[in-house]
Amino acid sequence: MNAQPATALRAEWIDIGQLDDIPRQGARTVKTPGGDIAIFRTMDDQIFALWDRCPHKGGPLSQGIVHGHAITCPLHNWVISLENGEAQGHDSGCVHRFRVKIEAGRVLLDGAACSANAA
Amino acid sequence: MKSRLVVVGNGMVAGRALEHLLATAPETYQVTVFNAEPRVNYDRIMLSPVLSGEKTYDDIIIHDDNWYADRGIKLHKGQKIVAIDKAFKTVTSAEGIIAAYDKLLIATGSSPIVIPVPGHDLPGVLTYRDLDDVEAMFTSAAKGGSAVVIGGGLLGLEAAAGLRARGMAVTVLHLMPTLMERQLDTAAGFLLQREFESRGIKVLTQADTKAILGTTHVEAVELKDGSLLPANIAVMAVGIRPNVTLAREAGLTVNRGIVVDDGMATSDPDILSIGECVEHRGICYGLVAPLYEMARVVAARLSGNRQADYAGSVTATKLKVTGIDLFSSGDFSEGDDREEILLRDAAGGIYKRLIIKNDQIIGTVLYGDTRDGTWFLDLLKRGTDISGMRDTLIFGQQYAGGSPLDPMAAVAALPDDSEICGCNGVCKGTILLAIATQNLASLGDVRSHTKASASCGSCSGLVEQILTLSLGDAYKPAAVQPICGCTDLGHDDVRRLIAVKHIKTIPAIMQELEWKTSSGCAKCRPALNFYLLAAWPGQYQDDSQSRFINERVHANIQRDGTYSVVPRMWGGMTNARELRAIADTVDKFSVPAVKVTGGQRIDLLGIRKEDLPAVWADLNAAGLVSGHAYGKALRTVKTCVGTDWCRFGTQDSTGLGIRIEKFMWGSWTPAKVKMAVSGCPRNCAEATCKDVGVICVDSGYDIHFAGAAGLDIRGTEILCHVDTEDDALEMIVALVQLYREQGRYLERIYKWAKRTGIQTIKDQIVEDAEKRRMLFDRFVHSQSFAQSDPWAERVAGNEAHEFHPMADFVFGKAAQ
Ligand code: SRM
Ligand SMILES: Cc1cc2nc3c(=O)[nH]c(=O)nc-3n(C[C@H](O)[C@H](O)[C@H](O)COP(=O)(O)OP(=O)(O)OC[C@H]3O[C@@H](n4cnc5c(N)ncnc54)[C@H](O)[C@@H]3O)c2cc1C
Ligand code: SF4
Ligand code: FES
Repeated sequence: MNAQPATALRAEWIDIGQLDDIPRQGARTVKTPGGDIAIFRTMDDQIFALWDRCPHKGGPLSQGIVHGHAITCPLHNWVISLENGEAQGHDSGCVHRFRVKIEAGRVLLDGAACSANAA
Repeated sequence: MKSRLVVVGNGMVAGRALEHLLATAPETYQVTVFNAEPRVNYDRIMLSPVLSGEKTYDDIIIHDDNWYADRGIKLHKGQKIVAIDKAFKTVTSAEGIIAAYDKLLIATGSSPIVIPVPGHDLPGVLTYRDLDDVEAMFTSAAKGGSAVVIGGGLLGLEAAAGLRARGMAVTVLHLMPTLMERQLDTAAGFLLQREFESRGIKVLTQADTKAILGTTHVEAVELKDGSLLPANIAVMAVGIRPNVTLAREAGLTVNRGIVVDDGMATSDPDILSIGECVEHRGICYGLVAPLYEMARVVAARLSGNRQADYAGSVTATKLKVTGIDLFSSGDFSEGDDREEILLRDAAGGIYKRLIIKNDQIIGTVLYGDTRDGTWFLDLLKRGTDISGMRDTLIFGQQYAGGSPLDPMAAVAALPDDSEICGCNGVCKGTILLAIATQNLASLGDVRSHTKASASCGSCSGLVEQILTLSLGDAYKPAAVQPICGCTDLGHDDVRRLIAVKHIKTIPAIMQELEWKTSSGCAKCRPALNFYLLAAWPGQYQDDSQSRFINERVHANIQRDGTYSVVPRMWGGMTNARELRAIADTVDKFSVPAVKVTGGQRIDLLGIRKEDLPAVWADLNAAGLVSGHAYGKALRTVKTCVGTDWCRFGTQDSTGLGIRIEKFMWGSWTPAKVKMAVSGCPRNCAEATCKDVGVICVDSGYDIHFAGAAGLDIRGTEILCHVDTEDDALEMIVALVQLYREQGRYLERIYKWAKRTGIQTIKDQIVEDAEKRRMLFDRFVHSQSFAQSDPWAERVAGNEAHEFHPMADFVFGKAAQ
């Protein structure tokens, strides 16, 4: 776990660890004052960051199964697009996304996200 | 008397034409075949896998000597025809054999072009056309050294990859700026070049060969810019030229190829021609698909059908280098009158481009992901108006609402000797033969004639697909329920194909069985993970990302995102030490709820994910291990007190329950498996509504199975009666193993039993002692890899990432 000094909160991009800390087709969480953020890594090594709360009944999306660029919620199997946070199929609802990027194998999360309050 | 048909050239197309002809008019002709190559008919396009070592010559033979002998065909191997006498209707071979014909079929194929640079005739300058060329390359490669391949088209690149696989240092010279420029656009050509370079093959584009240097043998290749490339062999793969000399000298009309009409007749109506040597409507083809069309037409014509016509073809190219997926078809040049749809995924190495004109696809280039190639080609050929699906077109068929991919592809691709029915050892070839020779038309027919699918029935889907393959639309198979939207294959087909094709990873299943999505979905991935685990115990590396969260972290997720923890209590027995450890754990971690479950054990509810390893460590210390309350696995074996205490008990039901649980815990199953052992027919352990239940009686043990008390309520069926505990254990283990091998993912035992039949199961477990023993042994083998406490593994640090956040900014704030 990386405990971050408070000064980091002001940076535009915050280094939260390396890409390989997240398993392919898996997820890790980042704890923030506003709640947990789920960081997903897909099969093709892209990463996505979403609130770790399913729009259905708040299920922890980070605990679901990652497939393609989507996540299936562990509680009642809603499928949420990682690209736009929208529930797929007949379900409707949307999860807030955060900017996240990979640079030289490090995962950088939008600084604003780490200090944001619950949405 | 039969008419005489003489065939000149025995390549791929002649062979195909003969097959069609014998199928439609087996008695019409006395057939004589001349072939310049001293061998039978083989699959020329598979020479590249032979060169790379992935196949042998024997693997690629299409018709062996017996094939000709059995059909009364005279094959002259190594006999080149040098003259045709149209007036007397004869052909003459180089060795002077003369054969008379009523109909003559010329299928002489084409020859590689050799550019006449100085040194082109040195030993060590090779071409790439037949087995002799491949053997010459083998010989050189065995000595090591370097090879220069001149020509970066399909053949040149396959040769280069093959020689590299054989261990040579390889350079490809290509005259144009990008590889395969006739089939690929610049971007895809570039990706291809990068892929070749990453395999250690040097690629020089815009490289113009000036001379091949050497005194007695090739030593180097010199380019026009003066550079010198050392080489032990130089392979010329710059193009092909139709073999027309024979036809031209006989006075037939010849342009670039032998000119034929739509009925494949040359300028002499008794002489027909097909294959790479012909020119049809101004086009010479160099790929087998259109040539096979010609073969069909010429066979129909020779059988007397005057209507059969060949109308030309649109071709598509695929490169056969393992690990490179590339597809192109049609016209992909740029122009003002056309638009394009492009998809690039650099990280995934994927490039797709569709060229559209007047709302129709006119060209396709796919690199990296070619699964939709055939679909795009089909749209192109049909001239389908794509305006309605334009937005999603590039993503392929699954998003565009087209008809699903051909589910037959995987079955069609199986070799004849692959086993379809595991129970009765019946191969694909046997089934095909029976269908053809005995006019079989239904699944029932195939079952009674070949025994395929007559036992467990799990291969029925495959047998039906084989029926469809041979009978076409005449056969209407029962609909198979696909696993999910990612495939058209059902559970049984996938399990069977995993076994016959020896597929050992999830990505390989998706590749080989043509999954429609890049990485499956939450429905198919857990199923595939289980099927692989069951098929290859000890070999398959479990994919935790393909498991539902409960099985990934070995606890049950709760509605608020916390977890519950249920340790095993063997047979429902516990003691003070275990209870004390549970109580201490509850205190230490402030566990909000403790409950006695319906499965005779204790559930600790509301534990934070981060605390799980520490909770387990404490429970482990008291000897408590995972109860798999979360898994598609053995759950509980409930027992009653039995002879130990009960005044009615007939046997040691508690002891047997514990013995079964200790023997079988840790095994993964298609769905959860719950058991119970009751000490007498009063049945206090509720054994008659379990997946497997035992009712002890004075004379021994009644074994029950296929009960349920969840979504459905069902009393069990009786499997058998046995006299001893040992026999009871063997029966139960064999039963569960059979279920592990045949059950569909998430299908409880009672549903499996209903599908396959109670009697079928009894036949295999109770009646067949040998099969029972083998099932038992297979279960024991798989248990040797499964019986390790997943909690202890995680306490020891396994999958640690699951239990810690990646970063914690709340802590950061608190520290402030
Ligand atoms: C804890 C327990 C209830 C209790 O407090 O007693 C329980 C709890 C759950 N059951 Fe159960 N079942 C429990 C005994 C039963 C029983 C009784 C038994 O085992 O004798 C049944 C009926 C018998 C049967 O299965 O035929 C039972 C039939 C089900 C079903 C219906 C299964 C079916 O195929 O019809 C489900 C749903 C499912 O599996 O899809 C289910 C699913 C669940 C799940 C896993 C729901 C879920 O997916 O989250 C619950 C998990 C709670 C948790 O986090 O621990 N539970 N569940 C019992 C745990 C037993 C154990 O020690 O392992
Ligand atoms: C290495 C390699 C890879 C290929 N890969 C593919 C591919 O992936 N996909 C694809 O569609 N196509 C591929 N091709 C092309 C394909 O093999 C040809 O299109 C096909 O073989 C042409 O069939 P054919 O019967 O016309 O000619 P051939 O198969 O060449 O057969 C002609 C035969 O006639 C014999 N012959 C010639 N003259 C005489 C004579 N005067 N008397 C007696 N016999 C004679 C020749 O010896 C030869 O055996 C590949 C070709 C090669 C060499
Ligand atoms: S019956 Fe089982 S699944 Fe239903 S609420 Fe109770 S524990 Fe949960
Ligand atoms: S909470 Fe996610 S599907 Fe119900």
